[in-house]
Amino acid sequence: LGASLPLLQRDYRFERVWFWGCIQGVRGAYYIAEGLGPDRAAPRSRLYSLNCLDWSLLTPATKEMLALAEQVKGRFQGDPSFEYSLAEINAEAAARLVESGKEPVMKEEARLIATVEQIDRAVGIVPRGAFVKTPLGSVHENRHFEGLSLGEAKKLSSYFHFTDPVNLKNKTLLEKADLDPSTDFLESLEHDIPRGKGSWSIQLEKGGTVVVLRSLLWLGLTFYHVPMTKQFGYVYFGTGEKNLDLPFML
Amino acid sequence: HGPYQPHEPGYGLDQPGYSPYEDVIPDPHARMLAIKNAKAYLLKTSTKSGLNLYDHFANILTKILDEQPTNTVDIIENISKDVKWAQFRKKMDTLRDEPLIPPTCEAAEKCKALFVREGGEEEREEVEEEMGEPALPNVMEAAFYFEQAGIGLSKDESYYIFLALKNLIRVQPIQKCRFWGKILGLEMNYIIAEVQLREGEEEEGEEGEGTAAEGEKETGEAEEDEQKEKEAEPPKSTYKPPPEIPKELHGTGTNKFVYFVCNEPGKPWVKLPPVTPAQIVCARKIKKFFTGWLDAPVVSFPPFPGNEANYLRAQIARISAGTHVSPTGFYQFADEEEEEEEGGADTYEENPDFEPPPVAEMVESLATWAHHVKGILKQGRCVWINPTQKSEENEEEEDEEEEEDEGEEQQEERGPPLLTLISEDEGMKDIPAWTAQASTNLIPEYSVAILQSNRWPGAYAFATGRKFENIYFGWGHKYSPESHTPELPPPAQAEFPSGPEITETVDPTVEEEMAFKIAQEEALAEAEEEEDEEGEDD
Repeated sequence: LGASLPLLQRDYRFERVWFWGCIQGVRGAYYIAEGLGPDRAAPRSRLYSLNCLDWSLLTPATKEMLALAEQVKGRFQGDPSFEYSLAEINAEAAARLVESGKEPVMKEEARLIATVEQIDRAVGIVPRGAFVKTPLGSVHENRHFEGLSLGEAKKLSSYFHFTDPVNLKNKTLLEKADLDPSTDFLESLEHDIPRGKGSWSIQLEKGGTVVVLRSLLWLGLTFYHVPMTKQFGYVYFGTGEKNLDLPFML
Repeated sequence: HGPYQPHEPGYGLDQPGYSPYEDVIPDPHARMLAIKNAKAYLLKTSTKSGLNLYDHFANILTKILDEQPTNTVDIIENISKDVKWAQFRKKMDTLRDEPLIPPTCEAAEKCKALFVREGGEEEREEVEEEMGEPALPNVMEAAFYFEQAGIGLSKDESYYIFLALKNLIRVQPIQKCRFWGKILGLEMNYIIAEVQLREGEEEEGEEGEGTAAEGEKETGEAEEDEQKEKEAEPPKSTYKPPPEIPKELHGTGTNKFVYFVCNEPGKPWVKLPPVTPAQIVCARKIKKFFTGWLDAPVVSFPPFPGNEANYLRAQIARISAGTHVSPTGFYQFADEEEEEEEGGADTYEENPDFEPPPVAEMVESLATWAHHVKGILKQGRCVWINPTQKSEENEEEEDEEEEEDEGEEQQEERGPPLLTLISEDEGMKDIPAWTAQASTNLIPEYSVAILQSNRWPGAYAFATGRKFENIYFGWGHKYSPESHTPELPPPAQAEFPSGPEITETVDPTVEEEMAFKIAQEEALAEAEEEEDEEGEDD
């Protein structure tokens, strides 16, 4: 992995490349890497590999793919050309596909794309202040970001989803006055359903030197941050399935 | 308020035409807004000293222009400091900030305690000589092998766990000990050690322990009479709760090992109570996250008999029964004849003639692995017991208990045959129960065979040569392709059919009764008159 990622960076002209995680299928695992250009908020390019050496680019996800992927349940197989027969799962979607001239199957590769996109959208998080938005609209890393303090690190509100905010405008005016538009342009975690306990588990490891957040909705997504430093990141190691039983489990 | 002098603050701002920022912000409104925002930011008061940047800059500039020192730009920082000192006011706040002891220090203290060698070192060495086999497992070795597979904890944590296990052995009379794994929780995680106490060390009064928490009813059997309170007043209910299935004895079946948990290495180890069949049966039906506190209640339906410690123990028992495997042939039955008897072969011992199959073969065929822990029956025990007769009989069909067919099949599959091959484990839908891999394809001579369970995601086993080990890292839940559906509450019980004889009606009032009586008398009188008339006619 350490050898192939810099090569990827060179080949695809990314500014940053990192290892996103690993989705375990029944017969093998997919290793996923992500790369970014200068604008951090642009849609990311994703690559997958079966052996960490040869990487193939994944096409960006389309809405149909996302919708279909939600229907497909069960583990990934480990073989990218495996086809899920949609006829069993969703007769309507299959019928629609047949009408449009395609076969009613869904390739595992497409499911992989959609799943990675979903996970990123749902639980890709960053600490507050790590990214700033310039008045021109592009998003950059904040070089002055010194890390969260211990007290801040334990609060859910100091972490944001790194996706286009949906609910930001609905906040009351009072709350908006406190926000700083350059750093608070993303959605905070504390409004994640279910409220209260939330769908995140925050833990301090090693006596407070590392803060670890684990998502309970996508089991296997782990986010770490070392308080008072610039280090943070998240990685996914799991089966690639959403945990729909979350409300029962809390 | 005449024209501003150069040394006063505000100089230059009142000339609207002149602005050095024209090229950056073209729109005048936006410019004013930007200026206002910038000024507001500068005016923000610092929480520590009560100053704000705007005033501070103004004071510095004033001082500079008054004194006009040479080489101002080189000593500007000192000037700034001087100005701040001049502003110094005595701290009015009598409250002192308590030096916050960062949790880092507490944890570091605990970890340090692990490293300190206690004075009982000599005793320990003697004990070890007696034993013959070391009680302490080699956690680092196992961690190394698992690392080859890409699973496991960091080296630091493994080492801390190693030391914590050593402490545990020193404190408790332990014959064999093993690092079982780590279960994640919402607030804290659990580190679990599987321990076999020395022979002769029995558990203290299990009867008194935890029976208050356990219900008296079995929640697992599909019986319709659920809990009804016994009424002290007449009529007394003739309802007898279904008899409680006794838990297995210490040292056998599901209670073969004793488990100790701690939240972090360095914290004291807590012994988990033995598990009862009712708990296992209920644990099968619910799916809850662990919070990390052992005494947390488990709120669920059907109500779980016990708190989180019991739930944890039940899940550990299920995971062990489902996923602890070893290479086939490593263990063999102590005595072949015992296999047929009731109770099954509970004991196994290492096979001295065991020839480890090559790693490639272990990866390819699942028949080279076998369970070495008894499976748990539907009843919640490893050995089936008939609760009404309280005698230990194996797989007898009793009419008193409702048995589903699956119960019998399960018994056949997992009951007496202790060392079943895992190739016979059923998968779910199209997913096989196990996934086998070699740790590396590049160096086949030193690769390790890794087994991942698909039924309990997070359970791993590795084997190479004579060494093998099982471990669990995960949330502690079974995998199911369908979503978890909680058990529905039982249907409302039928009421006594209401008929006219027990229906309440309003009692007739006095007037109505009188009226009815009069009417009856009149009817009677009429009837008599008619009879009289008829009599007269004759």
